[in-house]
Amino acid sequence: MSITITIDNKEIKTDIGATLIDVAADNGIFIPRLCYMRGKPCLGTCRVCSVKVNGWMAASCTIPVQDGMIVEVDTSEVKDIQKALVETLFSEGTHNCPSCEKSGRCDLQAMGYETDMMVSRFPYRFTERNKENAANLIWLERDRCIFCQRCVNFIQDEETGQKIFSISGRGPSSRIEIDKELADKMNKKQARAASDICPVGCIIDKERGYDHAMGVRKYDITSIRERILKGEQ
Amino acid sequence: MSSIEKKEIASHELPKTEIDAETMAKRDEKIQVAMIALCGCWGCTLSFLDMDERMIDLLQKVNITRSSLTDIKRIPTRCAIGFVEGGIANEENIETLIHFRENCDILISVGACAVWGGVPSMRNLVSLEDCFTEAYLESPTMLPDQKKVIPFHEDLPPITNKVYPCHEVVKMDYFLPGCPPEGEAIFKVLDDLANGREVDLPRAINRFD
Ligand code: SF4
Ligand code: SF4
Ligand code: SF4
Ligand code: FES
Repeated sequence: MSITITIDNKEIKTDIGATLIDVAADNGIFIPRLCYMRGKPCLGTCRVCSVKVNGWMAASCTIPVQDGMIVEVDTSEVKDIQKALVETLFSEGTHNCPSCEKSGRCDLQAMGYETDMMVSRFPYRFTERNKENAANLIWLERDRCIFCQRCVNFIQDEETGQKIFSISGRGPSSRIEIDKELADKMNKKQARAASDICPVGCIIDKERGYDHAMGVRKYDITSIRERILKGEQ
Repeated sequence: MSSIEKKEIASHELPKTEIDAETMAKRDEKIQVAMIALCGCWGCTLSFLDMDERMIDLLQKVNITRSSLTDIKRIPTRCAIGFVEGGIANEENIETLIHFRENCDILISVGACAVWGGVPSMRNLVSLEDCFTEAYLESPTMLPDQKKVIPFHEDLPPITNKVYPCHEVVKMDYFLPGCPPEGEAIFKVLDDLANGREVDLPRAINRFD
């Protein structure tokens, strides 16, 4: 059923039940996101896609559109909340981009740029989380994990369908875990897929390293904003 | 113990040649800028030089007082802008940063080290004891018969337990991330400030690496 919603005073015709974050992108309106992947079930973990829906802040990847919905995206309040959410992640983990294999193709870094972050307003915590030579093909750089749960939900053992990644602990002691036995069964393609699905440089497929020079890395070539607006991710 | 009590003269206390009145007057009209490298690698200061020929125009408006480039050791006059590279890793860094805050109208954290700790803050994940042990007592590059000592002297500033971003010590007005930020980004910020514009770093030149 065709309905009309309003985003930043612009009337938009769309279908009932479509996801707000996609409707926005299809109409040229960029909303930051870290856990959401177009075409995959919503995880709703990062909240970076928060916008104002009928006067309330809500994560736009979790919202099915309804007729008459009034949405605010391009306001200083909304933009500041999105930026603050990105900043919390830079404070919570340790993100030394110059030495990170993911730099230039990292979603978190890209969202830092898109939200015009220069520094985190929250104290940098330097949380200690052990790095681990986790499996034959995978290295885990735990202090970069943002607990988006993409790997937990979307990476499975091909044979049994069992989950390979999980999160242990709660709050500040949360930690990304890997099932070594299942992970060791992964082939190079699967390890690369796990590394690619991770929006940060936590899951590293060992053979890749720093494979592209500055200036020719994924988001150097096409920004995350352009990719999202083209419906690529 | 201060250097005076020890009857030593700090370099900034040495007698100096006065500048002629005309040059002095021209300098006084300019915007005074002070620069310092705290716990960083000097990469950001070198990036400053990457402004290349744009510096010539900028220097018509700006006078650089204390900096590693001019080798002036104390801020000689109140400055409009203080350019700070590096984070806080010892007591001398704290003292210097406070000196900058007291003598500059606007302070900018330049580079990852100043903004959040950067490379030196890798030691924040281990205790100071482990850090010293690794560096001085069990260093893999030590000679076999080398004496194991952790350097200690009254002239060596005590090291802080952790490395801190500048804004956790004094208020910083602007932040310029990057390791180092590109010359273009440094130019944009200084040019905005020198021309009385609100600092506005274009997204395309904001970098964290
Ligand atoms: S994971 Fe992303 S944000 Fe974190 S250090 Fe690596 S490139 Fe930077
Ligand atoms: S390891 Fe990567 S994909 Fe998995 S939860 Fe952490 S950030 Fe998300
Ligand atoms: S930010 Fe990078 S370039 Fe600048 S002082 Fe620190 S390590 Fe050096
Ligand atoms: S993208 Fe919506 S909650 Fe993460």
